[in-house]
Amino acid sequence: MTSLPDKTDSKLGLVIDLDICVGCQACVVNCKAWNTGGYGSALSDSQPYGDNPEGAWLNRVHGYEVDSGSGAATIVHFPKSCLHCDDAPCVTVCPTGASIKRSEDGIVLVDESKCMGCGLCAWACPYGAREMDPSAGVMKKCTLCVDRIYNENLPAVDREPACVRTCPTNARHFGDLSDPDSSVSKLVAERDGQDLMPEQSTRPVNKYLMPRERQGIDQLAEPDFSLAELADPTPSGVLAWIDRALDRL
Amino acid sequence: MNIDCQTKSPHVSDEVRKTTCYMCACRCGIDVHVRDGRVRYIQGNRDHPVNRGVLCAKGSAGMLHLESPARLQSPLMRTGPRGAGEFREVSWDEALDTACAWLGEIRSKDPRKLAFYTGRDQSQSLTAWWAQQFGTPNYASHGGFCSVNMAAAGIYSIGGSFWEFAQPDWERTRLLLLFGVAEDHDSNPIKLGLSALRRRGARIVSINPVRTGYSAIADTWLGVTPGADGLLVLSLVRELLRSGRVDSDFLRRHTNAGWLVVDGEGESAGLFARDEEGNPLVVDGSSGKLANAAAPGAVPLLAASVDMPDGSRASTVFSRMAAKYLDNRYAPETVAPRTGVSASAIRGLAAELARTAFDETIELPVPWTDVHGNTHPTTVGRPVAIHAMRGISAHGNGFQTCRSLHLLQMLLGAVDCPGGTRFKAPYPKPVELHPRPSGFSGCDTPLAGPPLGYPLGPDDLLVDAHGNPQRLDKAYSWEAPMAGHGMLHAAIPNAAAGDPYPVDVMFLYMANMAWNSSMNTPAAIEALTARGEDGAYRIPKLIVADAFNSETTSYADLVLPDTTYLERHDCISLLDRPIGEPDLIADAVRQPVVELTRNVRPFQDVLIEIGGRLKLPGFVTSGDKPRWRDYAHYMVTREVVPGIGPLAGWRGRNGDRTGRGEPNPQQLEKYVEAGCFWSQEIPSEARFFKNLNRDYQEWAVNLGLLPRPAPFQLQIYSEPLRRFQLAAEGFGERQPPDELRQRIREKFDPFPIWYDAAGDAAGDYPLHAITQRPMAMYHSWGSHNPWLRQLHADNSLYVPGPVCDAAQLTDGCWAWLESPIARIKVRVKRMEAVNGQTVWSWNAVAKRPRAWGLSQGAPESRKSFLLNHVISDLLPEQPDGCRWSNSDPITGQAAWFDLRVSIRRADDTEECAYPQFTLQGLPPGLEDGPPELRYGEEWT
Repeated sequence: MTSLPDKTDSKLGLVIDLDICVGCQACVVNCKAWNTGGYGSALSDSQPYGDNPEGAWLNRVHGYEVDSGSGAATIVHFPKSCLHCDDAPCVTVCPTGASIKRSEDGIVLVDESKCMGCGLCAWACPYGAREMDPSAGVMKKCTLCVDRIYNENLPAVDREPACVRTCPTNARHFGDLSDPDSSVSKLVAERDGQDLMPEQSTRPVNKYLMPRERQGIDQLAEPDFSLAELADPTPSGVLAWIDRALDRL
Repeated sequence: MNIDCQTKSPHVSDEVRKTTCYMCACRCGIDVHVRDGRVRYIQGNRDHPVNRGVLCAKGSAGMLHLESPARLQSPLMRTGPRGAGEFREVSWDEALDTACAWLGEIRSKDPRKLAFYTGRDQSQSLTAWWAQQFGTPNYASHGGFCSVNMAAAGIYSIGGSFWEFAQPDWERTRLLLLFGVAEDHDSNPIKLGLSALRRRGARIVSINPVRTGYSAIADTWLGVTPGADGLLVLSLVRELLRSGRVDSDFLRRHTNAGWLVVDGEGESAGLFARDEEGNPLVVDGSSGKLANAAAPGAVPLLAASVDMPDGSRASTVFSRMAAKYLDNRYAPETVAPRTGVSASAIRGLAAELARTAFDETIELPVPWTDVHGNTHPTTVGRPVAIHAMRGISAHGNGFQTCRSLHLLQMLLGAVDCPGGTRFKAPYPKPVELHPRPSGFSGCDTPLAGPPLGYPLGPDDLLVDAHGNPQRLDKAYSWEAPMAGHGMLHAAIPNAAAGDPYPVDVMFLYMANMAWNSSMNTPAAIEALTARGEDGAYRIPKLIVADAFNSETTSYADLVLPDTTYLERHDCISLLDRPIGEPDLIADAVRQPVVELTRNVRPFQDVLIEIGGRLKLPGFVTSGDKPRWRDYAHYMVTREVVPGIGPLAGWRGRNGDRTGRGEPNPQQLEKYVEAGCFWSQEIPSEARFFKNLNRDYQEWAVNLGLLPRPAPFQLQIYSEPLRRFQLAAEGFGERQPPDELRQRIREKFDPFPIWYDAAGDAAGDYPLHAITQRPMAMYHSWGSHNPWLRQLHADNSLYVPGPVCDAAQLTDGCWAWLESPIARIKVRVKRMEAVNGQTVWSWNAVAKRPRAWGLSQGAPESRKSFLLNHVISDLLPEQPDGCRWSNSDPITGQAAWFDLRVSIRRADDTEECAYPQFTLQGLPPGLEDGPPELRYGEEWT
């Protein structure tokens, strides 16, 4: 068993805005593209051109149809990756000490040199956020792009996770959620950011922003047709009033 | 890897090379991280005007195109029967000798015997010019299949279309209407824009049969029935007219609403009343007298009906428009059943459009001066924007539906204003400034002008003395008079049928026309393999240029292998489709970012070399030597007119000129230094109402975007359409064949109209069937990319819940989907967020077995389907026995969204899609893909 730090110096994490995620999968693929040549072994794909293509991914976007019964049904796109929980069950369940939560920034990582691929951590994670690499046989998970966010070989502006940098709707935000003045903490406060499955008591660092209320059209008041009352809206009647009436607008 | 040893700053790449993406049509700027000569990572270029740093799934996966087992390795000559995929490798010399022998012979005997069709071609100004210099009118790109309705309707109505030619004013609009938007055009800019709108609290209304993607984050979704969008829009038009909530000042100054149209019957009826110089006339509101519509100071009456000096009577466009649209046929209650949108929603939307346009008017403190010299102290905008794409376009009523959208914009005064839909330079420009299509001029002779253009009336058609089509695809004939982009989808069937004449060489570039870029795919395959009585193929010679082993490649007699986009020079030219923003003009280049290791060549290099070998005028110097070494050399030194070439930046001998200037030998280096793009801000006083903006017109002329100032008024009433209608009524020299008269009279209404192109809902085929493009796939290009194919390795048919219940369809079951011509077997997925009469699926996922580097049993082949298999390329037989192309009668746009189907549960238990196609052979040099991929392992 591996222990969790009592406290972390900061809580780095993601804030994901479900209001504007269109499910385009940019974050999913860009994450894989960065990480396959980065931290730990490559994110491999088995049968890449074959009958059952399957690879390891650190981030996936699922689409769910929501039909509340009132109003039209819709699709909600739901990006999901490791939430870097404060009470991460994937860490405490690890028999080799490979799964750790860092005390300096709260990132949950797998030390692949210690990972024996038993899969207990994936079983313990209630979110399904860990995936076994099909070739290397070690557990893969979101590192918050630990090899980007402190990397002085990258321009300062690019020291953020690949998914955040690439997101075409800017639905993903990165920062220190332990700092109430950080932009992510402010977003969470403003939009009432939510924990995913709080009943699991994992205390996730990542937060989700719920879809904003939609403004329906058919609930609007009927239009004001006062101008139309000026004339009989028929082809013959309309000619008499149109220039005059239009100029009153 | 040991975490303790993990350095905080690992090495990322040896070099970052900037170039332009080509994983779809969006043309984003990318930073390619190169390590050890390979691509380590691709990210969006933060400075680039298109994507401002973001990058989609496709662009992010670009490096795997360099790993694809489907990459062609060398030129190939066919050895087996067409379609088998049996080839021998040949040298480039042999390949080019063969191509030039085939092409040279027909150029001297009859250049029309070459049909040259290009697909997702981003070098159309080169390929079109090459066809012109070769002397064949049989050239087109992909537009006739994809979006010509949108392009042509925009150009004829407001001087440019949506899509890549205009965009919503993302910073200012308060209400956006999104109609049937396809996610691959302007994909990242639209996503950035939608996000900005939601953050600002602006309202997004999506009008789309399916609520996925962008529609899923819209405030309001109106699940319109396919093909009925135009009816819905004309109902909005009626409500705005009925309530008088239209922008009369804009209509008077910026549109032809006040122009007089000749009443009555006869050869001038329905044409604009004109003065002796040919200027359209209006009734000036202050003097009550006739005046030249373009004269300074003329403020036309919108409602007028007057006696003309010649004794005729004329009435304004606006009067006629009011009479037309106030009819109860457009009342919300009348249209609700057919559109699938409730009357209250239509009324509510009309009210919201008017409220936003007129109660939330924007007034920018930006003075602008019109072409008459009047300076307006502020710029007033109606913050309503509209965006639309293929869902509107790919219907047989798509042209008129697109015109309806532009009419709605004009009534609201929301064209090229703050908060409205704004053009990107070099648009807008009047249709008159575009070329007319050029026909055959003779053997060994170039066409007089470009093969594609925009006709203004019957005189511009490409027909012979008997009215028969001059082009193979029948574009610009009476069957598709205002074709604009040609008709790629008609080329193969017509060539095989020898209708209107047989061709000798078909030359296809990047167009998967044996598969997902044809309606009725089995018929296209049959046409490519059909033999005449002599046993020879009916299409005698087929040259295919592609980078990958596509389905179409297997039918080629000669394969000219292309590179990927990361291995080549290229240009994104203002002569083609612009990139840039309403406030910013831009163009761009591609540069090779990795070394080319296969025996393949960039297609444009090859085309230029063939041009040189054939000694096509322009492609050789006065000494008959090839003029250009390669495409990069062409990009820098080609001049379409003196001083204007493919690239606008850093022109002039010293690179200090913009737009116009002598070729600069260092131009390409300048582009590369600047991140592979050039951009320039449009002056603030020139950014709005560009059709009548003096400073814009001057700026555009100085830059070479316009040959001369070309101010124009937006065309609510389209005189070119009326000219064709007049011909159908029997006026004029050039007359349509009798069997087409009625269709032209009805459909070429100079006002936007709606007619039912998809047929009645009742009958044997009660459902509409459409496709959508997934955001992570582009045409057939994604499936050989292991990361993208994991997102869409197979496709299901999404079926509305009530339809599932009625037909006892359950999630995952297999069903027969039947159209009047064929049936396919598909897997069913239940869905509620879809129009109740519509089934749909993702397009271009299905593949022929073993094409695109995939295994024989890949889900793309076993579990997936193309709707193309059940789309007829012909409309049902007419009473007189004629069968016309399944296309818009005005533009010839392929009408593949008009498909009607029925569905029933499949009884057999085999979990396999139908039809299944034969195995495609692997050309020499290609091997099955590896069993696993560990991309980037060497850097971890």
